[in-house]
Amino acid sequence: MREITFSQATLEAMDEEMSRDETVFVMGEDIARQGGIFGQFKGLPEKFGFDRVKDTPITETAIVGACVGAALSGMRPVADMHFADFVGVCMDEIFNQMAKIHYMFGGQKTVPMVLRAPDGLINQAAAQHSQSLESWFLHVPGLKVVIPSNPADAKGLLKSAIRDDNPVMYFEHKSLFRVKGPVPEEEFFTPIGKAKVVKEGTDVTLVSYSMCFTHALEAAQMLEKEGISVECVDLRTISPIDKNTILESVAKTSRLAIAHEAVKQGGVGAEISAIVAEEGIDYLDAPIMRVGAPFTPVPFAKPLEMAYRVTPEKIADAIRKML
Amino acid sequence: MCAKPVTKKTPASIKKYNKELLEHFYDIMCKIRCFEENIQEKFLAGVIPGFVHVYIGEEATGTGIMSNLTKKDYIQTTHRGHGHTLAKGADPKRMMAEIFGKKAGFCKGKGGSMHIADFSVGMLGANGIVGGGYTLATGSALANKMMGKEEIAVVFFGDGASNRGTFHEAANMAAAWKLPILFVCENNQWASTTPYRTTTSVEDIADRAQGYGMPGVIVDGNDVFAVYEAAKSLINNIRKGEGPALLECKTYRIGGHFVGDPEKYRTKEEVQKVFTENDPITRFENRVLAEKVMSQAELDEIKSNARKVIEEAVDFAMQAPEPDPAELYQDLYV
Repeated sequence: MREITFSQATLEAMDEEMSRDETVFVMGEDIARQGGIFGQFKGLPEKFGFDRVKDTPITETAIVGACVGAALSGMRPVADMHFADFVGVCMDEIFNQMAKIHYMFGGQKTVPMVLRAPDGLINQAAAQHSQSLESWFLHVPGLKVVIPSNPADAKGLLKSAIRDDNPVMYFEHKSLFRVKGPVPEEEFFTPIGKAKVVKEGTDVTLVSYSMCFTHALEAAQMLEKEGISVECVDLRTISPIDKNTILESVAKTSRLAIAHEAVKQGGVGAEISAIVAEEGIDYLDAPIMRVGAPFTPVPFAKPLEMAYRVTPEKIADAIRKML
Repeated sequence: MCAKPVTKKTPASIKKYNKELLEHFYDIMCKIRCFEENIQEKFLAGVIPGFVHVYIGEEATGTGIMSNLTKKDYIQTTHRGHGHTLAKGADPKRMMAEIFGKKAGFCKGKGGSMHIADFSVGMLGANGIVGGGYTLATGSALANKMMGKEEIAVVFFGDGASNRGTFHEAANMAAAWKLPILFVCENNQWASTTPYRTTTSVEDIADRAQGYGMPGVIVDGNDVFAVYEAAKSLINNIRKGEGPALLECKTYRIGGHFVGDPEKYRTKEEVQKVFTENDPITRFENRVLAEKVMSQAELDEIKSNARKVIEEAVDFAMQAPEPDPAELYQDLYV
């Protein structure tokens, strides 16, 4: 199969969906003339025009709010958040407007929009340009939250998100944009709400997602050499969370570890742990282990950032303690 | 660059208005007043739950503006949105049922007073967040422009909400992109319980329009004719593609911030004075009678019919069934 970058995969998804449906448009800061800070919009304005690929003022609140309004008025907008860290600027528009309108107004109107949010650690970008904030949105009814770990799912999930009539938060890790991977040439979709067992194993279930899933696979390879068989589950969707795939895997392996780049406290791992504690505690032969970032803002200096990062070694160490 | 805001005066004569429009003005204003009086009564009697904010004293602004719109134009309203919703053409029965928390309500009882919407008449939602509607309406205007529609978006907000950052972001975006949207400030003098002048940098909110390069107009918001004319002229220009405008309607909130508000921040005399001298409905009656364009009998008939319609809405809401608890999870996702 051909290999393309994560960035190209998202570009293909945009291109295909914008070609198919003229109500799909995208707006955000620096996306048209610059092509996006990670090049993820390059070529789109030339093909679809500056009206459908819009450079906005630096106003996250107006970007998200206007996309909500446009979604209520017949369009299918895609908003680009530039950096996921900026969601705090427009939080009201996300959790009080975008997420609630369908329910609060008794199902009169859907809000078919996607909010793309590049997240995660890259180039020592420090406290306000490096965060992984997906767990905030796990707590908000009405939103769907997806988070691909590879180019194929980047494309498949973005296409599914654009076609979904619900508002979808789409987190894309900045360090993944340049990563290459196999992506089918024919049209395909990655279903929202479905995790994937990427590597089968028998001793422990390791749930992860986004960039961290690469670290999880690496940790699994390290442990394999030590005779520990790890089953790696790529969550892909944070909300609605795929309980069944997780529980089925834990039923098989009897052990659960969760790894994510986000702060461990109150993270997605906490929710998964609680689900398994509530619905699958009899499967477990060992306490659940969570690996996440320490409870600090993301530091700048290299040694500090290295200490902060979740690495394959840290994940492997955590799993060794379970056995 | 746009100039300082202008103040639009009331028309010298109202003889040019056709009867239908005059009747419509009075009908809507009476329905709003009666609707809100019933809401107050039922809330204080403990029949209506939650929080409610009434529009008494501000009927002329919503009526005058909405009389220039069709059902295909979009509006975003506020926590004080019953008047706008009625004026946009929503069914009072289903509105009342929503406010009573009944299944027959527009939102199946999931929204309540602060979250009514009726998409079938272009009312895209009240908003419990002060200043929450600007950016949404801007998006509706953007969609209309992208789709080549001639319909516009109107966002209502108060003097208090005019200080939100969302105003700036939406006004700038709308003006930069020449979007078809009218910003309507209903300056009712009170930002919740705070006199707006103690927390607002300008006397006239319309002053802010020129900072965005859009026209700003000030009008007596308790004069339905003045509001209608000012809005008509701005809306015509917006429909022609000239970009957004800001209309400030000077009015006064006769009721408290919410029903049940002890109103310790102002005197009863102050409120009574406005009600006696500047009630938009009384002013309408006095003017149409003075200019002999309507008779007292015609006014009486419209008012009594409006009362009947609203009383039927109350009866409908009182008798309507409550939602079933099993509906809790409905409409969360499509």
